[in-house]
Amino acid sequence: MAVPPPILRISGIGKEFPGVKALDGVDFRLLPGEVHALMGENGAGKSTLIKVLTGVYGIDAGEIELDGRPVAFSGPQAARQAGISTVYQEVNLCANLSVAENIFIGREPRRFGRIRWKEVRRRAAELLAGLDLDVDVTLPLSSYSLAVQQMVAIARAVAVEARVLILDEPTSSLDASEVAQLFRVMRRLKEQGIAILFVSHFLDQIYEISDRMTILRNGRLVGEYATAELSQVELVAKMIGRELADLEELGARPPARGGAPLVEARELGRPGAIEPFTLTIREGEVVGLAGLLGSGRTEIARLLFGADHAGTGSVSVAGRTAGLRTPRAAMGHGIAFCSENRRAEGLVPGLTVRENLILALQAARGWARPLPRRRQDELVAKYVAALNIRPADPEQLIGNLSGGNQQKVLLARWLILEPRLLILDEPTRGIDVGAKAEIQRLVAELSDGGMAVLYISAELEEVLRLSHKVGVLRDRRLVAELENDAGLTTEVLMETIASGARS
Amino acid sequence: MSAALPAGRRGLPRKVPRKYVPVLVTAGLFAAMLVAGGLRYRGFADGQVVLNVFVDNAFLLVVAVGMTFVILTGGIDLSVGSVVALSTMISATLLTGHGWPAPAVIVLVLAIGAALGLAMGAIIHHFEIQPFIVTLAGMFLARGLCYTIGTESIPITDGTFTALAQTKVRLGGGLWVSPSVVVALVVVLAAAYVLHHTRLGRDVYAVGGGEQSALLMGLPVARTKIAVYTISGFCSALGGVLLSFYMLSGYGLHAVGMELDAIAAVVIGGTLLTGGSGYLLGTVLGVLVLGLIQTIISFEGTLSSWWTKIFIGLLLFAFILLQRLISARRG
Repeated sequence: MAVPPPILRISGIGKEFPGVKALDGVDFRLLPGEVHALMGENGAGKSTLIKVLTGVYGIDAGEIELDGRPVAFSGPQAARQAGISTVYQEVNLCANLSVAENIFIGREPRRFGRIRWKEVRRRAAELLAGLDLDVDVTLPLSSYSLAVQQMVAIARAVAVEARVLILDEPTSSLDASEVAQLFRVMRRLKEQGIAILFVSHFLDQIYEISDRMTILRNGRLVGEYATAELSQVELVAKMIGRELADLEELGARPPARGGAPLVEARELGRPGAIEPFTLTIREGEVVGLAGLLGSGRTEIARLLFGADHAGTGSVSVAGRTAGLRTPRAAMGHGIAFCSENRRAEGLVPGLTVRENLILALQAARGWARPLPRRRQDELVAKYVAALNIRPADPEQLIGNLSGGNQQKVLLARWLILEPRLLILDEPTRGIDVGAKAEIQRLVAELSDGGMAVLYISAELEEVLRLSHKVGVLRDRRLVAELENDAGLTTEVLMETIASGARS
Repeated sequence: MSAALPAGRRGLPRKVPRKYVPVLVTAGLFAAMLVAGGLRYRGFADGQVVLNVFVDNAFLLVVAVGMTFVILTGGIDLSVGSVVALSTMISATLLTGHGWPAPAVIVLVLAIGAALGLAMGAIIHHFEIQPFIVTLAGMFLARGLCYTIGTESIPITDGTFTALAQTKVRLGGGLWVSPSVVVALVVVLAAAYVLHHTRLGRDVYAVGGGEQSALLMGLPVARTKIAVYTISGFCSALGGVLLSFYMLSGYGLHAVGMELDAIAAVVIGGTLLTGGSGYLLGTVLGVLVLGLIQTIISFEGTLSSWWTKIFIGLLLFAFILLQRLISARRG
């Protein structure tokens, strides 16, 4: 079969940031009517490549051809006008404006400078109907779910003559049925001859939707493959550049040991957030929390960390009743909390890796007793090495690190405090396979060393792999507490979540 | 107040979208004040009393329109009061001291106001400095410039200005407004048209809704941000011209604190200080509420004028709480 000429071809692209070579001689082509997956670990250069294609970054070397003609984009608007539209992971629309307006703003049909609102609404409704979406286009975007907002963003992207549609992690906050809806929309667009560049961390989704893929590693091209001809194991090996043994190594967790109870929550609850629950976490034990988004997983974590006030019940730490009224009090009891929202709640992007790392320790000491610089350097060097944080430069701004490495810095921040209970809320979301395996291995090592861990994750396999005990949540209630023995499988967990009862 | 508000919302028909609630609350407040004043004071329930609120606050209305644009983008403009004063000062000195013709003076003053706004907008955008700081600097600059022209009040005796100050636009039934009110209403209508029916207006809302998003959607964020400060500067200068009609003098101490009145009017009118939500009608109502407070206090007779400030303060608290409640529900 003859390959049609590519819509977009880039060759020898290079892009450097201070101290980081983000892209180095990367070639890439995108054919009309294909879904092309861009694969790579965090920090492999995917985001940079996308930003180059969308005109956010200029390039230091190489060239971009669109329909065989060399182009240079001066900014996102220039790229969009050339027919390259992008939908980002975070929906970059204006939630205060109506759905119709979000689709057409900046290119509203006008007559003598006056916006023709009727026309805007009619065309928006048509466009969304064409994507099988039934929404009232006059309502503000904020009245719809993230999934719908995502589709509106896609509708906006294709409303003009888009030739290339870039979807950057569009599925990371969608549930299964929403993903299916998104894929229907993608297939429809593909039939229209639009080339779609798709980025996702979910391998199953990649295999379901993509035709071909390009793999990057450390800013370099690994290769271009037809999805059907590359097995998942081969793919992962190419992405992380080493054998899969590392991933398999963890295997099944040893049975829970009878450590002394560390944190005991009795009938702890908060009206409107989580029904009263009773949970015991022992020393050296990993307790997993499983449940759907919004089922109360994060609420439990926040109560145990004192970030929210409990309405009922009590907590005791190491046998003594502890009033965990503030995070500071919880930290005093040796409880650390790594929140799921690492961008908003955890990282200070303007500070360096070192400064981010020592934040919690410095806070615990009090600002009147600054940590000596030499001690800082020692600690930072130790944790950068232990967690394999890349680039291993403590003075790098943390904003320049990839998601997985940012997450490791956050983890290290709490580990420096040597907590007795470490609460991890979605520590591996949105990070790549390699970093994920490293974080999982770290959690296992910590618990072997006697630290208690409360591990929250949407991925049941991950919960099962790490936990000694799994708490299942449903509708803001802790419905079951299951020992992680041979009989516990993801199917059992799913059934428990679905039925709300011990199976 | 905060206890009464949710009840008020429940009482509204279900069809009223939440975005209109703050404007409706202000409208209700204005109506309630009218009714209360009418019941309490003899001669209050007269059409001219309401019209006088317009007459006495036409300049504030124009300034508040400019402020609405700025606040809708999530910015703030503290320089407006000083620009108003500077405009009265330039008008007075050119008319009285140099004998310039009135139309030339007005055009020049408007150009200066717009240029000041343009400069502040450009600095805010290109150097990524907080609008608060830049316009604070503009506030001191414009106020200081007044005193380089003169430290005393300069009377305006120009024929056109005095004629405009004294003309009554009769509406029939013994009711009248000043030409300034007509100008202010034209400004309001033009601004409402721009905000709701042109790209510039929608870009203003989009930038207020999320500057980063607006940028990624390919909207002209730079142009929009600079435009709103230019509009605000222009409106301040026009407000200054209207104040010159009203006062018939130029003085460096005119319009002290007017920026705060304008911000108060915009906020009471239901525009979110964080940007992206609000209506010009709300701003008009906000100015009317402020004006009506003054009227009621003058009718009361025994209360000092600083009670106005106290009531405005209380109202501001109430409305900021209301905004907080509404945006909290949204989140």
